[in-house]
Amino acid sequence: MLTETLPVANAPDALPATQPIELTINGQKRQFRLAPWTTLLDALREYANLTGTKKGCDHGQCGACTVLIDGKRVNSCLTLAVMHEDHAITTIEGLADSATGQFHPLQQAFIDHDAFQCGYCTPGQICSAVGMLNEGKVENKADQIRELMSGNLCRCGAYPHIVDAIQEVMKKER
Amino acid sequence: MNPFAYSRPSSLADTVDELAGSSRSRIIAGGTNLIDLMKENVERPAQLIDINRLPFSTIDELPDGGLRLGALVTNADTAYHPLVEQRYPLLSQTILAGASPQLRNMATNGGNLFQRTRCYYFYDTSMPCNKRAATNNGPGGCAAYGGYNRIHAILGTTDDTNGQSSCVATYPSDMAVALTALEAVVQVTGPNGDRSIPMADFHRLPGAEPWRDNTTQPGEVVTAIDLPVRGFPDHYTYIKVRDRSSYAFALVSVAVGLEMDGDVVRDARIALGGVAHKPWRKSEAEQLLAGKTLSPETIRPVADALLAGARGYGHNDFKIELAHRAIVRAVLKSGLADNTQE
Repeated sequence: MLTETLPVANAPDALPATQPIELTINGQKRQFRLAPWTTLLDALREYANLTGTKKGCDHGQCGACTVLIDGKRVNSCLTLAVMHEDHAITTIEGLADSATGQFHPLQQAFIDHDAFQCGYCTPGQICSAVGMLNEGKVENKADQIRELMSGNLCRCGAYPHIVDAIQEVMKKER
Repeated sequence: MNPFAYSRPSSLADTVDELAGSSRSRIIAGGTNLIDLMKENVERPAQLIDINRLPFSTIDELPDGGLRLGALVTNADTAYHPLVEQRYPLLSQTILAGASPQLRNMATNGGNLFQRTRCYYFYDTSMPCNKRAATNNGPGGCAAYGGYNRIHAILGTTDDTNGQSSCVATYPSDMAVALTALEAVVQVTGPNGDRSIPMADFHRLPGAEPWRDNTTQPGEVVTAIDLPVRGFPDHYTYIKVRDRSSYAFALVSVAVGLEMDGDVVRDARIALGGVAHKPWRKSEAEQLLAGKTLSPETIRPVADALLAGARGYGHNDFKIELAHRAIVRAVLKSGLADNTQE
């Protein structure tokens, strides 16, 4: 049986200081001083000033915070920045072609298909779709895309256009 | 979440030492459940031990023909691994029925076993909960027992009239339901060395200690999950009944593996999720299927035996009939030649 009472009383005797952390974000190595309890999402938004990644529920339920870690889509709200020093992190800001400024095909397709209304979920939707195509497990079928995009909620209900946008990119890539 | 110290041990021995050294230390692997619980102040560890650099990130064949799933392999990499897809398609199907792709990309096999209940009273630190009260985190009792208990257990609960150990929580994992049907074995290393825990004994019923989810001892680390040779690749299914068609926890789920001689069942494995504090399996129920051809009439007694003693708590009364029908349907479907389409 543990003897804890309140969250404050539960803190370690000496609070760990912030520590130097290097993260590779969109191809750039960047140095931060972060406390270990800083989530990757908060590191990106509050410390790296990359506010394209959105905080929706902050509990892994909505997918607005989706980023790519070594090409795999994850919820950045449910992981700690300190756990990702060796990884390549890609956010919505890193998807366009850095040389030409051209949008990523999925970004262009979301515009062309009007695949959003308020736009808050869009960075997460696009990063998730990029991750889904990287995984290579989805066929160009609407029901499969809906299932494998089910970790991203859109409260405006733009789902039909989101699926259209993804299907167009899959058709062009084939 | 509360402040905590962070460490990244480079060896299993150091991990065990650190973990055994403090009851307020927690292992972090994928972190998908732990960080969520920390944000809700349900978990308030003083130290997180990051084990992601330990060498448990591979899936390897065992000398006896089985398969060893490293504790740190993600749920996604496990479900899509060619050997898992070929030999244990029940496990692939089951993992892919759970969570979302983003979560499956982070969540690990070891961490999945340590998922905590999604009972909403457990998550609300202002409500009575015997799971939390053991760590002085909120009042004791069980708010779900007489509360809104639609998602709660119907089997193996603790119904304690004075409320000191009542618990009607369910264990939420999908993966563990398939692992139970497949008779997987969990490998752990602790201060007293290595030991193997069959899935049937890994999770536990609440009994008089509802705060204990599983039978691991302080300082023990899961390193791998071993799958035995028999994977039921020809006749299997996982049926998951939930409130929406994707990305929701099971109200009731059924994992089935069958070995058939033509139309006759030679051997059966059936495990249930969403109904108890652990995956629910009864070998005496499975034995009723041996030598039978599959029909609703031959399967119903099996469902009766599996659900013997089930009771509802008001809002979850429907689960008993739902589980019964899901068992019949899952076993029937497993016997079909093409059982891949729901």
